[in-house]
Amino acid sequence: MTEPNGAHPQLPSAMPLDAPLDASLGIPIGIPLGLAKRGYSGVIQHLAAGNAGSALSADELESRLIELGFVEGARVEVLHEGIVGRDPIAVRVENVTIAVRRREAMAIIVA
Amino acid sequence: MEAPLLHLALVGTPNSGKTSLFNALTGSRQKVANYPGVTVERKEGSFVTPLGRQVSLVDLPGTYSLRGRSPDEEITRDIVLGRTPGEALPDLVLCVADSTNLRLTIRLLLELKSTGRPLMLVLNMFDIATRRGVTVDVPRLSQALGVPVVTSIAVRKGGTAELLRRTDELIAAQVPHPVQPNLWQPLTVAQLRATQREADRIIAATISLPTRPDTWTARIDAVVLHPVAGLAILALILFVMFQAVFAWAQPLMELLASAFGALGQLVHDTMPAGLVQSFLQNGVISGVGSVIVFLPQIIIIFLFILLLEDFGYMARAAFLMDPIMGGAGLHGRAFIPLLSSFACAIPGIMATRVIDNRRDRLTTILIAPLMTCSARIPVYTLIISAFIPARQVWGFVSLQGLVMFGLYATGIASALGVSFLVKFFMWRDYAPAPFMLELPDYKMPRPRSIAIGVYTRAMMFLQRAGTTIFSMMVLIWFLASFPRPPAGATDPAINYSLAAMIGKALEPLLAPVGFNWQIAVALIPGMAAREVAVAALGTVYAIEGGKEAAEQIGQLLATKWSLATALSLLAWYIFAPQCASTLAVIRRETGSWTWMWVTFGYMFALAYAASFATYNIAMALGAG
Repeated sequence: MTEPNGAHPQLPSAMPLDAPLDASLGIPIGIPLGLAKRGYSGVIQHLAAGNAGSALSADELESRLIELGFVEGARVEVLHEGIVGRDPIAVRVENVTIAVRRREAMAIIVA
Repeated sequence: MEAPLLHLALVGTPNSGKTSLFNALTGSRQKVANYPGVTVERKEGSFVTPLGRQVSLVDLPGTYSLRGRSPDEEITRDIVLGRTPGEALPDLVLCVADSTNLRLTIRLLLELKSTGRPLMLVLNMFDIATRRGVTVDVPRLSQALGVPVVTSIAVRKGGTAELLRRTDELIAAQVPHPVQPNLWQPLTVAQLRATQREADRIIAATISLPTRPDTWTARIDAVVLHPVAGLAILALILFVMFQAVFAWAQPLMELLASAFGALGQLVHDTMPAGLVQSFLQNGVISGVGSVIVFLPQIIIIFLFILLLEDFGYMARAAFLMDPIMGGAGLHGRAFIPLLSSFACAIPGIMATRVIDNRRDRLTTILIAPLMTCSARIPVYTLIISAFIPARQVWGFVSLQGLVMFGLYATGIASALGVSFLVKFFMWRDYAPAPFMLELPDYKMPRPRSIAIGVYTRAMMFLQRAGTTIFSMMVLIWFLASFPRPPAGATDPAINYSLAAMIGKALEPLLAPVGFNWQIAVALIPGMAAREVAVAALGTVYAIEGGKEAAEQIGQLLATKWSLATALSLLAWYIFAPQCASTLAVIRRETGSWTWMWVTFGYMFALAYAASFATYNIAMALGAG
């Protein structure tokens, strides 16, 4: 069984959202997908469902994200934004397009 | 010895083309019902394999996993696991995948394997995948997954031949069934992640994907999901839909109306005058006829909904509407149930099962009946064509169509308003549930699949016309015809009837909103099914006005009612307190009488208030 944080087991589980991690510590800089602008493209680093502030429990949110294909290593691109507050966003995950609200996308850390 | 009936089940993620495969395999040999105790739609069909085995096929609700986080998904899980009493454990599970998008389905398939059921992966829409440059090494994929894999093109004639042939082979090879233990358990987050990784690994080894995504979908989405253009397009689509319902259906409706008129006349001419003649002409033919006339409009509405759904636009509409719905306290997914409610609130309320949060679902159920259902179209059409002049405004828009659009818009606006109030007063402390939805690639709608869908709905409408509506018409005719007028009576016969007594008793209550007793009579059966109100008005006035009045209800109403009364009735019908079947569905879906009465009460109050305001404003403006 792989570690939940497979590729980056050294990542702290409660990473602050607003502060990208320092590259000098040897930890890759990641931003939450929920802050990404239209046109952003990157690769999922890990999921931090506990930080998203979603109405769902962390486990439930994480399960749903995985079921829609948001797993570590998947390529993502923000294709479209909604009208009000640029929310929700349409994200290309590998070859599927998924609409999510930014609040839930905060759980997806990309770089 | 005859071989026993085979049970096959279709499982797949949403948008996998499961329904078109189901339609391709079973054609019109379908039965739509409910699973006992729940209102999840149960679609079952039958076909015969090339080797002559009788097969019963169920189309299970789409799901991404077997976790069962909504009632629909629980059905899928329980049937696959054989936990549903009265449902056969499937002899073979067909896991359907959209060949252009295998990632999520292969993960689901890996989970299905643990159930021990014989499985086959069906790579559907294989032609589209090939055209886009997806190449699948089918034998290697089958080997890596450990299950048989077939390709299929559900929309093409003969596109399911391989699937049928392999089904026969698998069944032949499995007699008697090898007993595979069911090892399925709800997956933990870590296990889910591991299966997705396993799926990705298998895909990388056996499938080569095109480097660029579907360019058509990207191009269409660039416009359709544009924040400004997208909303304009959505509004345009809805507007065209309502213009179509009003304008395109007209010639057909006139044809149907004159056919029923001729039939009534035939009965009138060939039968001796008396009760039987009156019953057939006024009760049966003009009553049922005035409802069946609306079949073209119902077909057009469902045609639009099914086309948009098949094309892949519905999910985009939900995406565009999510912020607006969210502002009103609704879930973006509520858009689809609410849109279905334009056809009928009953499928709409049933479709709220896609919303897995109970509160979001309850709010959607409460407001679904405010969406103008097709049963209200007859009432709107009748009054609009009688009272609103058929002229063009701004040179190209039909004024009648515009009023119709306005009625729909008012319904939508009040639905959003009610939802906002519900959220504000009842569930203030509650954070909205997430909106997560796959936006499938656009696909050309499949005419055969659409035709089957429209046909099924049209039959349901006719069945209703033949049963509920027919029996209501008989009741109204009876109420309007008995007791018979005394000998030497000078007033029209209906003035002496039971209907008149009931109507007159209700009149004081409805006088402030401008309704006369004839309207009161029509409103009562209108609660059994809204469209009956039209037929009821026809019956009431036809009987009252003598035989020659039976045909042109509209023209007759224009002479009997003031404009203020007509507008007031239109306003009433925006909120139209509920048809009995909608109330019954709400009762069943919410599992409580309270919510049913809450819905009834608030809609009645809104209807009365709206009619009261409309009538009095119109009177003040001189429309009396």
